[in-house]
Amino acid sequence: MKGLALALLLWQAGVWATGLPPYLLPGPWAVGQALVAHRGELAPATALTGAATLIGLALGAGLGVALALMMAAWPRLGRAFAPLLIVSQSIPVFALAPILTLWLGFGMAPKLAMVVLITFAPVAQALHDGMRAMPTARADLAQVMGASRRAVLWHLALPGALPQLASGLRLAAVYAPLGAVIGEWMGGAQGLGALMLHANGRMKTDLMFAALLVVIALALLLQAVVNRGLQNALRRRGFEC
Amino acid sequence: MSDCGLEGSAPGLFGPLRLDLPEGCVTCLLGASGVGKSTLLRLLAGLPTGVVFEGQVQRLPAALMAQEDGLLPWLSVAQNVTLGARLRGERAADPAALLAAVGLAGFEARLPGTLSGGQRQRVALARTLAEDRPLVLLDEPFSALDARLRLEIGALALRLLAGRRVLIVTHDPAEAARLGDQILILTRAGLMPHPAPKGAVPRAHDAGEVLEAQAALMERLLA
Ligand SMILES: Nc1ncnc2c1ncn2[C@@H]1O[C@H](COP(=O)(O)OP(=O)(O)OP(=O)(O)O)[C@@H](O)[C@H]1O
Ligand SMILES: [Mg+2]
Repeated sequence: MKGLALALLLWQAGVWATGLPPYLLPGPWAVGQALVAHRGELAPATALTGAATLIGLALGAGLGVALALMMAAWPRLGRAFAPLLIVSQSIPVFALAPILTLWLGFGMAPKLAMVVLITFAPVAQALHDGMRAMPTARADLAQVMGASRRAVLWHLALPGALPQLASGLRLAAVYAPLGAVIGEWMGGAQGLGALMLHANGRMKTDLMFAALLVVIALALLLQAVVNRGLQNALRRRGFEC
Repeated sequence: MSDCGLEGSAPGLFGPLRLDLPEGCVTCLLGASGVGKSTLLRLLAGLPTGVVFEGQVQRLPAALMAQEDGLLPWLSVAQNVTLGARLRGERAADPAALLAAVGLAGFEARLPGTLSGGQRQRVALARTLAEDRPLVLLDEPFSALDARLRLEIGALALRLLAGRRVLIVTHDPAEAARLGDQILILTRAGLMPHPAPKGAVPRAHDAGEVLEAQAALMERLLA
């Protein structure tokens, strides 16, 4: 709360000090007014972006988990895919946005695709790494007890990789709102990203900042919820965190 | 070579040695820290080791209680004890009796993270005892227990393992004197046998012969 107050103060001080006109840098008060005045536009846009973020994150996480499981089950596949996963995270997927709209049209689909694209890889990589890094003591138990490969994956590697999976999911939750907003920067889309773009085009800088604030709030809320949920899940399963 | 044991050497660790594990015999293995006791156990269990072993190992299906308990933090105490059955896709027997025997009745639902070191060790022991294997390898199985529990649980383990080949690694001469039908000391030069007291194991901790053997063993370990 103190940090927030300080940020607002600095912001206002910056506006006064630079003397920039409101269409370049609106003050917090003006942005607050825009938030209230445009709530009729902001609310549905927030719902759309929030939905894209959540659904995309769920799909991306699901895809990441499925991919990691397949890579762990078929080590050859794993060896082939592991470097691809790393490379895929250094490709600016945002550059794919126009292609996604070309393929998937406008609306929810390209947005979801964008969120899935930037969230599945960190989840898959974290879980796969976690499953491969099984402590020796566990591998020994499995061998001496005569466990099948499948049982090792299912009963030892997967549950043991929960902390790593949680790190991957935390990262994915950070990226997901970004993916949704960038997906909305394409023409014809709706949501907070599209609203920002339009506001910018019409020099309604205060509305653009208002939308940006909502995006930030959405992202922080999502991270808080995901972190809390993961922490509880880890603790219930006896992991330190 | 007998039907279970090993013969050979691990250059850099220990010289040529021969270890026999006869049926129904409890062998206690002592020796300085780092001399290779756990390595011997791992060889007998068919697990990878940090050394090259030159020789041959006669293996039987084994149950192993490693020096590190290896409890799975996300499984309850009861589920940890029945892990073997779970990993083999078998139906697990009810672990309640076994847990009660190691003094952990009522701990079934607890997670390992909430246990003391000695309690964890007893769960690991119960997990090993739950395995029905002809060869049982115990690496310092009672090291975290208090004096009374050492006596009680040592005796209990031998009762439950009667008729099997048992190899116990221990740093405690008293334990070796009480529990060993065969007592061996591992050194860099090889395996040295030490005469075991008379009488069936587990022996009384305060029997004269046991105390004498304990003192003699201590002498040898300090020599
Ligand atoms: N995985 C490994 N890789 C390389 N060296 C190893 C490995 N494991 C053990 N060693 C070395 O092999 C030697 C024997 O180790 P081992 O664990 O068998 O000793 P130990 O007799 O069981 O000792 P302690 O009584 O302390 O448990 C030690 O010097 C150790 O450093
Ligand atoms: Mg050892």
